[in-house]
Amino acid sequence: MPIPRFWREIKQRYKGIGSRCENCGKIYFPPRKICPECRRESFQKMEEYELEGKGEVVTYTKINEPHPEFEMLSPYIMAIVETEEGARLTGHLVDADIEDVEPGMKVEATMRKLGEESRDGLIYYGYKFWPLDR
Amino acid sequence: MTEVHNLRDVAIIGIGETQIGELWDKSLRELGIEAGLKALKYAGLHGDEVEKLYVGNMSAGKLINQEHVAPLIADYAGISEVPSTRIESGSASGGMALAEGYKAVASGMEDIVVVGGAEKMTDVGEQEAKDILSSTADQEWETVFGATFDSLYAMMARYHMDNHGTTKDQLAQVAVKNHANAAKNPNAQYPRETSKKFVKNAPMVADPLGMFDCAPISDGGAAVVLCPAERADSFDGDPVEIVSLGQGGDHMAVHERRDIGTMKATERAAKKAYKRASVKPQDIDFAEVHDNYTITEIMAIEDLGFFEKGEGGRATEEGKTELNSDISINTSGGLKAKGRPVGAVGLNQAVEAVLQLRGEAGERQVDQPGYGLIHNIGGTGASAIVHILRRWS
Repeated sequence: MPIPRFWREIKQRYKGIGSRCENCGKIYFPPRKICPECRRESFQKMEEYELEGKGEVVTYTKINEPHPEFEMLSPYIMAIVETEEGARLTGHLVDADIEDVEPGMKVEATMRKLGEESRDGLIYYGYKFWPLDR
Repeated sequence: MTEVHNLRDVAIIGIGETQIGELWDKSLRELGIEAGLKALKYAGLHGDEVEKLYVGNMSAGKLINQEHVAPLIADYAGISEVPSTRIESGSASGGMALAEGYKAVASGMEDIVVVGGAEKMTDVGEQEAKDILSSTADQEWETVFGATFDSLYAMMARYHMDNHGTTKDQLAQVAVKNHANAAKNPNAQYPRETSKKFVKNAPMVADPLGMFDCAPISDGGAAVVLCPAERADSFDGDPVEIVSLGQGGDHMAVHERRDIGTMKATERAAKKAYKRASVKPQDIDFAEVHDNYTITEIMAIEDLGFFEKGEGGRATEEGKTELNSDISINTSGGLKAKGRPVGAVGLNQAVEAVLQLRGEAGERQVDQPGYGLIHNIGGTGASAIVHILRRWS
């Protein structure tokens, strides 16, 4: 991924900054400029909102055939997580045994390395999830 | 279309299709031309009658480093003077191209329109082709975190299993049925039967989906010729009418959808198509549905209204979707076994529907079908298109 393309999203990926619709109060991640519920009424009323990073697993899978960049981690668990604020994200679930993963499992975001450009290149960081009870 | 006023009825008067598979000796332009010329020949046309060409193609830019493919195909088909446009909507590119062709004829703008679809996927390695497929998911909020295209569908499958009791046996049965149909289709990439045991024992790709729950990477092309239905009788063969179409949309990322076991884009597309055609799901005799994974077919037959939500797996297991049962699903073999030349898929489906409605489907013929439905999904379900067809009379 080109450097500016990653750099543009650093705030969201490092700190979990999404947005809150001041019209209806709904919280979104990644941030949106328009609330799909309120549309025109939400224009210029979307405020930055930092997620706590806690949530629960909605569904999950264990990937055996990964993208080459994630080969070293294979097999790994991907999950869709619903945060306490109601936003949903897709992320890697680490430090968990697949046998223990189930919908409703409490998890928390953790800052981890996602990948790197080359040996001497840019390292990408971002959120992953790990079990709250660990 | 009964609901939309002042539209002309549209007929398909020609169909053409290439073999689907790993076609090392054929380029993208050759696949497009072969399908298009077959379709013209079928209709008894020479080519100079064509007023407009639409080409469904998902990713020639990434797969063969060639953009601007519609005029390329027109040129090598010997009709460089004909206006041509490429249509892209991920894996629904073919179905969306058909919709544009329909609109051009229905509106009265054009009379003879060729809609083709072609994809050349094997000029890159399998891994690269899979990455390109996954580029139809959200690159910044799904794949960058390690989600593969397979894994996004695997999470839908897991969700469906947890919420509706769908089983791996039921998923496997989709593959078994579609292979049985493909065994009767000479253009299929995998024209052979398989067993539930074989599908279930395949290496896991993304749990619960194994290798044989997934459609292959394929090369291929397909095309149809459209004209105003009132003129259809002046061409060779029995025309088929496109009775209606409906298109639906949904959130790009799978995680944004509240019910991951339902494709709202399919529901929305189907609702519009049924309403415009004044038909109900029960009126449909056969359907080609988007089965890039076994779970996708199970969700599709529910979201299209053929079975209640959560009953798709059971219905499949009970044989209700086999050839000439309650509703014949994917008589061609589907993406799973007929193959997945991704941007051509919607046209491959149209070709099968026309063969069925004209009674030309050979060993896999549905008994006297009235209405057929075709259903094409883009990416992980952010776009979907449904067409309903019947014999023109």
